[in-house]
Amino acid sequence: MVIRAFDVVIVGGGHGGAQAATLLRQQGFTGSVAIIGDEPDLPYERPPLSKEYLSGEKNFSRILLRPEAFWAERDITLLTGMLVTAIDPVAKTVTANDELIGYTHLVWAAGGRPRRLACAGHDLSGVLTVRTRADADAMKAALDRIDTVVVVGGGYIGLEAAAVLAKNGKKVVVLEALPRVLARVAGEPLSRFYEAEHRAHGVDIRLNARMDHILGRDGHVTGVQMADGEVIPCQLVIVGIGIIPSVEPVIAAGAAGSNGVDVDAFCRTSLPDIYAVGDCAAHESRHLDGQRIRLESVQNANDQAAVAVKAILGNPAPYTATPWFWSNQYDLRLQTMGLSTGYDDLVVRGDPASRSFSIVYFRQGRVTALDCVNLTRDYVQGRKLVEARATIDRVAIAKVGTALKDLYVVG
Amino acid sequence: MPTLIVTTLNGTDHPIDADVGRPIMEIIRDKGFEDMLALCGGSKSCATCHVYVDPDKLSLLPPMPQDEDELLDSSSHRQPNSRLSCQITFTAALDGLRVVIAPED
Repeated sequence: MVIRAFDVVIVGGGHGGAQAATLLRQQGFTGSVAIIGDEPDLPYERPPLSKEYLSGEKNFSRILLRPEAFWAERDITLLTGMLVTAIDPVAKTVTANDELIGYTHLVWAAGGRPRRLACAGHDLSGVLTVRTRADADAMKAALDRIDTVVVVGGGYIGLEAAAVLAKNGKKVVVLEALPRVLARVAGEPLSRFYEAEHRAHGVDIRLNARMDHILGRDGHVTGVQMADGEVIPCQLVIVGIGIIPSVEPVIAAGAAGSNGVDVDAFCRTSLPDIYAVGDCAAHESRHLDGQRIRLESVQNANDQAAVAVKAILGNPAPYTATPWFWSNQYDLRLQTMGLSTGYDDLVVRGDPASRSFSIVYFRQGRVTALDCVNLTRDYVQGRKLVEARATIDRVAIAKVGTALKDLYVVG
Repeated sequence: MPTLIVTTLNGTDHPIDADVGRPIMEIIRDKGFEDMLALCGGSKSCATCHVYVDPDKLSLLPPMPQDEDELLDSSSHRQPNSRLSCQITFTAALDGLRVVIAPED
């Protein structure tokens, strides 16, 4: 029996879900709005979990997306600690903690959950992922008792956590299965730069690493057994090997999707009145010639929320926003503009040894992305090149003395 | 408690009690002003906490670092008194400061 119903039900209280609710009110929507989230907390920022929150630089209240009173003042109902397990797209209800909740419009913003290891020992205490406040709290609680951490996965999350832990005085070993860190998201010069930086901070970066299983005693992790027989003793294992999009209920309800849930340019799924935004929304990216991708970023969650809200309010406008991303490690600020996926050429601007440089990515002769390390100027000025898919001579762009804005020719 | 005056996008002034020692971005966000997006949470990676500061109080603020300056260039609404509010710590000396939330790009 449906006890409650809302004009808009948003599933997921991350950046995307919170922004969808905020924008509905900001744009004058007067119907009822609820955010259903499976965590106990108010909507908060996830990026600091592996950075300032883990390091203790920011407490939890400082990473709340909005203050507690904000939601009540705008008559946005927060249903926390409720997991949506089913959708009935005909009756237009969701099932959450055995309760049926009705909707007129549904925004699926459930994000994803960390991919876990499948090997023996994956479920030992002390084997943690980094996605939620609870994850980060478990890590923080363990810090006093440990001296060595193995980080599985040399992606952004793993490297950010490694940086915080190394600064905290822990011995950190990063196991990356591929021949370089950040292999799926960046070009080789960036990988090599970050490997060197981490090593200079005492982090043991292992490439082509083959972990066999996790060792434990009395239910708690004691080390990692490598395939070549080596044992790396540790008291904590942090697993940062990506996420699995949380879309099972919406797919089971009949929505199209194989990696996440498919959406069109207006963030509509194939089911009527069901939208999807953020990490779980597989969209055809205009930045990759229409290739269907998921983007795991604050930018994408926020901008797709805006697209879904416009569609709900009857002023549809397609998703075209240029992707951007950041990662802070040590005193290095990486800022990324565009999508480097599928690049066929790259140019390094500046000397990585100076710790301030950028990498410009090309596909078929056109600029598609920039990775900028401690070089905000290139990040800002490169946006126009990315948005215009500029064709620029690779020799000209390599000249550090030339400002990117001077390479951009309108027309 | 010292006061910060926040001007929202519709031009309304809102005097608020402000904790010293906190970034102005967080003070504004935590008072529930939805106009303050502050997407990157103070990581100096976006310009969505862009504000205009009382011109006669600009000299009381810490000088603008180069990267903040460059990031502000990403806004087409940049003015001479533009700052990123995540980079300004509120102090007692700033009592009565007025900041105008800049439009989004």
